[in-house]
Amino acid sequence: MTDKFNYEELGLKVGLEIHRQLDTKKLFSPVPSELSDEVDFTFERRLRPTMSELGEIDPAALEEFKKGRKYIYEGNYRLTDLVYMDEEPPRGPDREALEVALQIGYLLNAKPVDEVHFMRKIVIDGSNVSGFQRTAIVAVNGKVDTPWGSVGIPTVCLEEDACRIVERKEKEVIYRIDRLGIPLVEISTTPDIHHPEQAKVVAKYIGDALRATRKVKRGLGTIRQDLNVSIRGGARVEIKGVQELDMIPLIIEREVERQLNLLRIRDELKRRGVKPEDIKEEFYDVTEIFQNTGSKIIARAIKSGGKVLAVKLPKFRGLIGKEIQPGRRLGTEMADRAKKYVRGIFHIDELPNYGITELEVNAVIEKLGLGEEDAFVLVAAEEETAKNALREVIKRAREAIEGVPEETRRALPDGNTQYMRPLPGKARMYPETDIPSIFLPPEEKERIRANLPELPQERVERYVKEYKIDRSLAETLVNDERDELFEELVEKGVKPSLAASILVVVLKGLKKEVPVENITDGHIMEAFQLYLEGKIAKEAFEEIFKELALHPEKTAKQVAEEKGLTLLSEEEVEKIIDEVIQQNIEVIKAKGMGAMGMIMGRAMAKLRGRADGKLVSSLVRKKIQEIAG
Amino acid sequence: MKRKVDEFMERHGLGVGDLVRVVKREGDERITFEGLVMPPYELSPGETLTIKLDNGYNIGILIDAIEGIEILEKAKEAPKMEFREVLPRKEGLPSVTILGTGGTIASRIDYKTGAVHAAFTAEELAKAVPEIFDIANITPKLLFNIMSEDMKPEYWKKIAHEAAKALNSDEDGVVIAHGTDTMGYTAAALSFMLRNLTKPVVLVGSQRSSDRPSSDAAMNLICATRMAVSDAAEVMVVMHGETSDTYCLAHRGTKVRKMHTSRRDTFRSINDVPIAKVWPDGKIEYLRDDYRKRGEGEVEVDDKFEEKVAILKIYPGVTSELLEFLVDRGYKGIVIEGTGLGHTPNDMIPAIERAVENGVAVCMTSQCLYGRVNLNVYSTGRRLLKAGVIPCEDMLPETAYVKLGWVLGHTDDLKEVRRMMLTNYAGEITPYTRFDTFLR
Repeated sequence: MTDKFNYEELGLKVGLEIHRQLDTKKLFSPVPSELSDEVDFTFERRLRPTMSELGEIDPAALEEFKKGRKYIYEGNYRLTDLVYMDEEPPRGPDREALEVALQIGYLLNAKPVDEVHFMRKIVIDGSNVSGFQRTAIVAVNGKVDTPWGSVGIPTVCLEEDACRIVERKEKEVIYRIDRLGIPLVEISTTPDIHHPEQAKVVAKYIGDALRATRKVKRGLGTIRQDLNVSIRGGARVEIKGVQELDMIPLIIEREVERQLNLLRIRDELKRRGVKPEDIKEEFYDVTEIFQNTGSKIIARAIKSGGKVLAVKLPKFRGLIGKEIQPGRRLGTEMADRAKKYVRGIFHIDELPNYGITELEVNAVIEKLGLGEEDAFVLVAAEEETAKNALREVIKRAREAIEGVPEETRRALPDGNTQYMRPLPGKARMYPETDIPSIFLPPEEKERIRANLPELPQERVERYVKEYKIDRSLAETLVNDERDELFEELVEKGVKPSLAASILVVVLKGLKKEVPVENITDGHIMEAFQLYLEGKIAKEAFEEIFKELALHPEKTAKQVAEEKGLTLLSEEEVEKIIDEVIQQNIEVIKAKGMGAMGMIMGRAMAKLRGRADGKLVSSLVRKKIQEIAG
Repeated sequence: MKRKVDEFMERHGLGVGDLVRVVKREGDERITFEGLVMPPYELSPGETLTIKLDNGYNIGILIDAIEGIEILEKAKEAPKMEFREVLPRKEGLPSVTILGTGGTIASRIDYKTGAVHAAFTAEELAKAVPEIFDIANITPKLLFNIMSEDMKPEYWKKIAHEAAKALNSDEDGVVIAHGTDTMGYTAAALSFMLRNLTKPVVLVGSQRSSDRPSSDAAMNLICATRMAVSDAAEVMVVMHGETSDTYCLAHRGTKVRKMHTSRRDTFRSINDVPIAKVWPDGKIEYLRDDYRKRGEGEVEVDDKFEEKVAILKIYPGVTSELLEFLVDRGYKGIVIEGTGLGHTPNDMIPAIERAVENGVAVCMTSQCLYGRVNLNVYSTGRRLLKAGVIPCEDMLPETAYVKLGWVLGHTDDLKEVRRMMLTNYAGEITPYTRFDTFLR
């Protein structure tokens, strides 16, 4: 495949930051690391900006605090405790979590530190009840080798996950506290990744090391991959929330495309001779023009007492509508910024449209006194809200003159990205004095190093050799993280080839029809248990899993019974075969054993999943032979 | 014994905050770290040198594996910060003196070294908790700096005198910042020592240190200042009313107890209803109307106190030995934390009898904390009464201890001691037990 861009020439730099939850107790008290939607209680807190060593409080932060932002926490008695409510000093850290983190360090060719010091990293958006996240470096100086070159892993950290956000309102944010304290391993790389595919290779390698421990959580939200992407002349953009490995190269390619297009827009703006200060914070009230507009959005805003305000963006004509990522324009980026205040904006490059007529557009142009290269942006809302929204638009427009703004963006499912917030400043950190530092004596480190878990690739090899299963099956088992379950099933006495084919082929096949992620390991174990007890045939798995995916609240046994998938006794099977034979007695008499195929087909149609195929075929054969003599 | 790290730092002339480059051996590799030297953790075995990396994290490096260390830059002397002790007065605002006794209600963190500095000048307070300067003209005064567990009766006297001095020199109220461990004892002591109290005296503390964004210190201080300019001329403890940052409760100084090791709403009124609910925005909801109202007149200090008083807890297996030891050592008063309605084992009664005969005041409270002692119900109780035990009604054991010390400071006549112990001086005895005072 040829590359869309010459990344080397563009000076592409990518760094990864990968977070993954560990499947241990919570980090600072032995609470189960589980999530639940059951809310037993709520409480409410505020977070105050703290004083720096100079005795200063950031005045903006204090102003924000005085406005009275509240954080509401929803808790479950079983899944949180006073530690995470910031009502008791931390315990721990969980030794198992620490050990897993150290294993991960070794698997990434990093060196554990000799003493672990937990730090408090100030976070005052409420996602941490205490106002800080506890985090520690457990290993340093790792690396991943790739065909494009080596990529450094300067640090492996062990930290606590934050609360889940439930709802963000104007003056309060609602969080669910159950996720707070689940151990997270954070792995960051140096920005030495220079090709989109290389990023995927590195992420895969790190993912493999994490999974090798068999102590990481699986499923939605348990892994978070962030990308830091820049090109020469562009800017560092942090992209959050990349879920799938396969999306990484596309997201990077799209970000390169975005930065290139933003640089082209900048060059054009420069050529047209516009400077950031040329964009004035002047709001034009154009409500009059839209008194009888066909635009429903504008009409509704005016009706509920709002105004239509416009700003002038000199020399921007044609550039706001310029596509910078497939389906996304500079105007989209402006709208994303304004989203904090309004649902959308209108800009000249997309008009007339959306019920706005050419007449109205011309009237705005006239009212604002726009020249041929000048543009406008409109917002219809309550006056102050509209002004706030337009201020964001102006800010983004000024940034467009400078080039690419540094910011944190959110990955979208199609590979594009969307504005999230400004890049965070440097974290303020100080020691967590409630947790003693943890000395790791050389012999302890050596013990961990000598007992490292096997890497996924080694595991695939072992499956092929030990269990004689197909390599591609083995790879899928390991990559889809079904390997632990697979080994458990084999341990219980399921034939490896059957376990593998059900876990891989059957479940994958169902993926297109039903939400297979609803099927738990418990469901699968139970179904195999039924099979081992001779209560179901292997043909029944598909049907059972299909139903369980739709109704995860059921048990495998329930489904087997409801669907009539439990195996019939030999007499019952014989009875059904006799019926089939009687219905087709003429054919059998005529064709003898030649009717075997057809009779088998008819019998299996009635018996599939309810009787073992071998039994059916031997009975059918016997009966035909009897009749045919 | 000197730890390796102390010896290493001394040998290489390393000071906290020095920027160093450390080369460490790791198998066949050499790893280089650059960072600031951090003070070693107090309880660590001392096998590592702690440095703060540029990314803000601290890590420990095994001293035995260090091959080379180079000081790149000595730590710069921290700029001396000058803060004004007093700020210009705002017209029309009441005046409140804040007395510091230890701990921190406001602090500054040095993110470089992790050191937390207590902040107690007016200017620092104004920066940390500006809200209180909108409530009153604040005069902070640091009396001493001790941990609350090191509190002693002599310090109570000092606080009482300083509070009275402030109140008698036209301040409208006094706030006392105090560690929470023994705040209840100090509140009780001030309740007895400050006579003719005509203005509010408010004790306040925090359960989460002020260096963290989630600290309860600022809100407690704001609510305490609100109560200090209120209408209630009582000694009160003002702390969080619930785990949420919503309101504080003002508890009567003789009926309040720390009931949880770590929660913010640890202080609870026992056997009584708090005086008021107070919100940071200034709203005050009085929960009763029998509190002392702000008035005129000099506040007097009556700080005579007998320190030879002890608390003795009863438990299955307790013998008379402890009691006899106290009597032998010349103790003048003993508060027994009895079981249930106020009992000791029957075989302790002769020793109690002898103690009383020797002029020792023996008072009875209950380790149940909630409820009133009653020595008439069981024969054991009746025998204890006969032995001369003074039943302390619904007084908290800690309050009874403080009160007995104060009473014995005035008289050693056991009849007078009994009369005074059963006289209600500062709301320490409620006349009857309200239903709504249990576990709330």
